[in-house]
Amino acid sequence: MKIDARGQTAKRLNAAIAASHDKVVEVEGVVGQRYLGTALVDKILKIDGIPGNALGAYLDGAEIELFGNAQEATGDTMNAGEIVIHGNAGDATGYAMRGGKIFVEGDVGYRCGIHMKAYRDAHPAIVIGGRAGSFLGEYQAGGTIVVLGGEDESRTVGYFCGTGMHGGEIWLRAAQPPSTLPPQVRADKVDTLPEHIEELIEQWCEKFEKEPNIYTGSKFLRLTPDTANPYKRLYTAN
Amino acid sequence: MKVRYILPSFEVLRNESKCTACRLCERQCANGVHSFDPKRGAMVADDAKCVNCHRCVCVCPTGALKIAASNDAYRANANWSRDAVDEIYRQAQSGGVLLSSMGNPNTYPEFWNRLLINASQVTNPSIDPLREPMETRLRLGCRNVTIERDRNGRLKDTLPPQLELDVPVMFSAMSYGSVSYNVHAALAKAAERLGIFYNTGEGGLHRDFYKYGKNTIVQVASGRFGVFRDYLDAAAAIEIKMGQGAKPGIGGHLPAAKITADVAETRMIPEGSDAISPAPHHDIYSIEDLRQLVMSLKEATGYRKPVIVKVAAVHNIEAIASGVARSGADVIAIDGFRGGTGAAPTRIRDNVGIPVELALARVDERLREEGIRDNVSIVVGGSIRSSADVLKAVALGADACYIGTAALIALGCHLCRSCHTGICNWGIATQRPDLVKRLDPDEGAERLVNLITAWKHELEEMMGGMGINSIEALRGNRLMLRGIGMTDSELGLLGVKPAGESM
Repeated sequence: MKIDARGQTAKRLNAAIAASHDKVVEVEGVVGQRYLGTALVDKILKIDGIPGNALGAYLDGAEIELFGNAQEATGDTMNAGEIVIHGNAGDATGYAMRGGKIFVEGDVGYRCGIHMKAYRDAHPAIVIGGRAGSFLGEYQAGGTIVVLGGEDESRTVGYFCGTGMHGGEIWLRAAQPPSTLPPQVRADKVDTLPEHIEELIEQWCEKFEKEPNIYTGSKFLRLTPDTANPYKRLYTAN
Repeated sequence: MKVRYILPSFEVLRNESKCTACRLCERQCANGVHSFDPKRGAMVADDAKCVNCHRCVCVCPTGALKIAASNDAYRANANWSRDAVDEIYRQAQSGGVLLSSMGNPNTYPEFWNRLLINASQVTNPSIDPLREPMETRLRLGCRNVTIERDRNGRLKDTLPPQLELDVPVMFSAMSYGSVSYNVHAALAKAAERLGIFYNTGEGGLHRDFYKYGKNTIVQVASGRFGVFRDYLDAAAAIEIKMGQGAKPGIGGHLPAAKITADVAETRMIPEGSDAISPAPHHDIYSIEDLRQLVMSLKEATGYRKPVIVKVAAVHNIEAIASGVARSGADVIAIDGFRGGTGAAPTRIRDNVGIPVELALARVDERLREEGIRDNVSIVVGGSIRSSADVLKAVALGADACYIGTAALIALGCHLCRSCHTGICNWGIATQRPDLVKRLDPDEGAERLVNLITAWKHELEEMMGGMGINSIEALRGNRLMLRGIGMTDSELGLLGVKPAGESM
């Protein structure tokens, strides 16, 4: 099913998507409509254009493929499913997601993957082809973030990466750790990527039609918190 | 030589002639105060461990126990209280931020007790609630809709979703994790029987309690714990927590020690790691951003559920509330600075925010001035202690009240303010199975139902006395209130006349 989004509100678009009997729904001419695909369960949504904020919020199993740039809060509190963005994504991409995967071809803005979690068998992942802005993985409690850094390995992430991080892992294609890592986050140089990271990068390459081995031999850093309880010593009972 | 800087605050007084050394107090005290001394053949107590929760006093079969404030005293000093001195000892020892729980216990002025309620006489007779119908039922939500008719001239239902309450009281947000499973069970059962709502807080909704969904408000806070489609779908309403009266401006932090497997499962987080709610929502930096979260939640639930935005009462609450009323939210919940908490930094709890009475009066006034009062309902919390507080809140402009501390007291809480330790002898603020089972959810529900039923009768009596037969007719009716012992500016802020002044 194909839907022309021109002149339509997000509410009507989402209603039309939900009402469709087809599994695959294509939406064209999207210009700034927010909340597309919110809490969607079992559809494949292909979007052409530039949707507004909160694309795929609370997503619960559906697949969204966007041919264009995404705005803020893509995949907010996503539970399951997949979002593929052929372009850049804005701030707070994957905020508090606890399942599913987000693949971004280009860059992401500030606060990507903030408060990402893991839960039972759900291990969310975000793979970013380009750079990530400041506050990447802030308060991260679980899951995996991979930043491939695009052409330039020296500027993979912005400032304050991993502030308050207390779970999960961040993989950066970079030779040097970010300049402002918090004390509880350690950065280890890794020569051979583990299988689950190789797999995520392979999936990213496949989705964006890149050569599968373009990052072979690159230097990677693995960031992990050294405690699941970063603020334990901060308090005294009164 | 080891010096004890902090001396016991309480003294366990045992009447030896009544004590039978049955050792029940020993078994009931998770703080380890009581023990049996075989040499003396008698019970002994370690006063230093006592938090004055009164559990031992309440269960002692012979009534042999009493807890008293220790009469050991530092040299009297009107400037340096004992607490102030002890807190310095604590911090000098640990280097830690002081952590407290429950509401602000300090001697700030409060206003509920300085407001007096009117009664009718002679010309406008009072109503006998035992004989005449009294309406305490109300609806929460946006009332500001345009009237539309279909082609045949019939009215279209354009009313946004609302919550219907039989009494203007709801149980405020307390998360599973901060309180026990049995507390949630009791609150849920009571809410169902009373035709009101309880609030999950930001700890997710336990699978066992989905069946109480139509009496449940689910919370979405900065940590987004347990928030997913089923959770949102299960609820009657969704509350976005922007702030909490006990700790405005900061987030929450449930230590891993309180996160059992079941709590982690319900919060949908990894076991063993802290549950940290960041101070702000990291996607909300403006009213427009707040609107985005409100609307995305409505979109996710098909516009079938009202959205509440909870904020703490702070200095610029009027402007905040005005923004919230324009955000698409259906209800504003305002939490005053005496509101309770399972854990908050002492300095924040005791110094940040303003009394809810003032915040409520100003917000109601501001929204009226701006012509947007009907966009939202107002719910207030933060130390509502009795039906009289509820009635005064409604007269000041509230649609309904949230109670947290009062509900926990009904369940046995003795306000020892030790929730943050995770050892609660009353089975309330704990996850230890042996302690949790002390609170029987059915008995707890019964006590909550009794409390609110009693408050309902009291509300009806007070309303009847005023000659008002519907809670809706009381809302914002400040002429029914008079202030006593207040300054002119306080009276002005509350919008009430001084006691003694006529209509």
